[in-house]
Amino acid sequence: MKQDVLRQIEEARSRKHAFATVTDTGTGAQSVVRAHDTFGELNIDATQLAEIRSRTAADQSGVMDNGWFVRVYSPPARMVIVGAVHIAQALAPMAKLAGFDVIVIDPREAFVRSGSLGDAKAIVDWPDDGMKEVAPDSSTAVVTLTHDPKLDDPALAAALRSKAFYIGALGSKKTHAKRLARLTEMGFTDADMARIHGPVGLDINALTPAEIAVSIMAQVIEKLRAEAP
Amino acid sequence: MDPLAQLNAWVASGKKAALATVVQTWGSSPRPVGSHMAVLESGDFAGSVSGGCIEGAVVDAAREAIASGKPRLLEYGVSNEAAWEVGLACGGRVQVFVEPVTP
Repeated sequence: MKQDVLRQIEEARSRKHAFATVTDTGTGAQSVVRAHDTFGELNIDATQLAEIRSRTAADQSGVMDNGWFVRVYSPPARMVIVGAVHIAQALAPMAKLAGFDVIVIDPREAFVRSGSLGDAKAIVDWPDDGMKEVAPDSSTAVVTLTHDPKLDDPALAAALRSKAFYIGALGSKKTHAKRLARLTEMGFTDADMARIHGPVGLDINALTPAEIAVSIMAQVIEKLRAEAP
Repeated sequence: MDPLAQLNAWVASGKKAALATVVQTWGSSPRPVGSHMAVLESGDFAGSVSGGCIEGAVVDAAREAIASGKPRLLEYGVSNEAAWEVGLACGGRVQVFVEPVTP
């Protein structure tokens, strides 16, 4: 691997767009194939380029018909945590370890400042604006943890209007029933609200904040991998 | 640390290093295609290509690749006697591409 290629890989990874490297494993010759251009030593024809691009879109690393090896780099999935509360302090580093980019939204600066959220990105703002900044997509999980309707509800509404692959809301069955009633008033249908996991997390009798974080993390991964091709 | 970030940091500080990548797998193998392990000339490494079974052998191969400046495509598994000694406990087979970082 040429040092230039390594630099290009790191640069492309930092942009958080999907791309691929293609390697002739016989000679070691290599190219980086991005959405709009390529960089490197290989002469890639139109048919090969099409195969590389479709593998990139499908996140499918592997060996091509001509023997070249394609390594696809997809941007990490994201987890948006609403509420810099105790559970968030366990969930944020856990999600980071599992490969997620973690974003914590909470307008209460003291919560954000006092919480040890690892290297999660903190957005000190109301969830309405915070969720606009995040713009959840199909590789985003949204977890609300505040128990406070004026924080949780706008975040859940924004999540329901997005393609987020996972939506979870902390709260008992009773709290969740009240929440669903409020969301119904906001115009969401039963089908919309069926996307919300509430009470949040797999049922593993979790008790402590760290245990609850494990149960949430497990449910998010279950959903993430279920949707993988 | 993420193996590619580690590799980049090593190379940026003037150290000699190589990258090992899982290219193909057959049967049950613990790490998916594309898994990376960065290896430093001294033998330090970051990441994994098998979950512990063949890392030692891959580190040796990577140090040879650093010394020779040439990439190598290696296969470990039941069909390879040397690899059998190394022992891929799961009984699968894995192909690993080892490439030195060159100027």
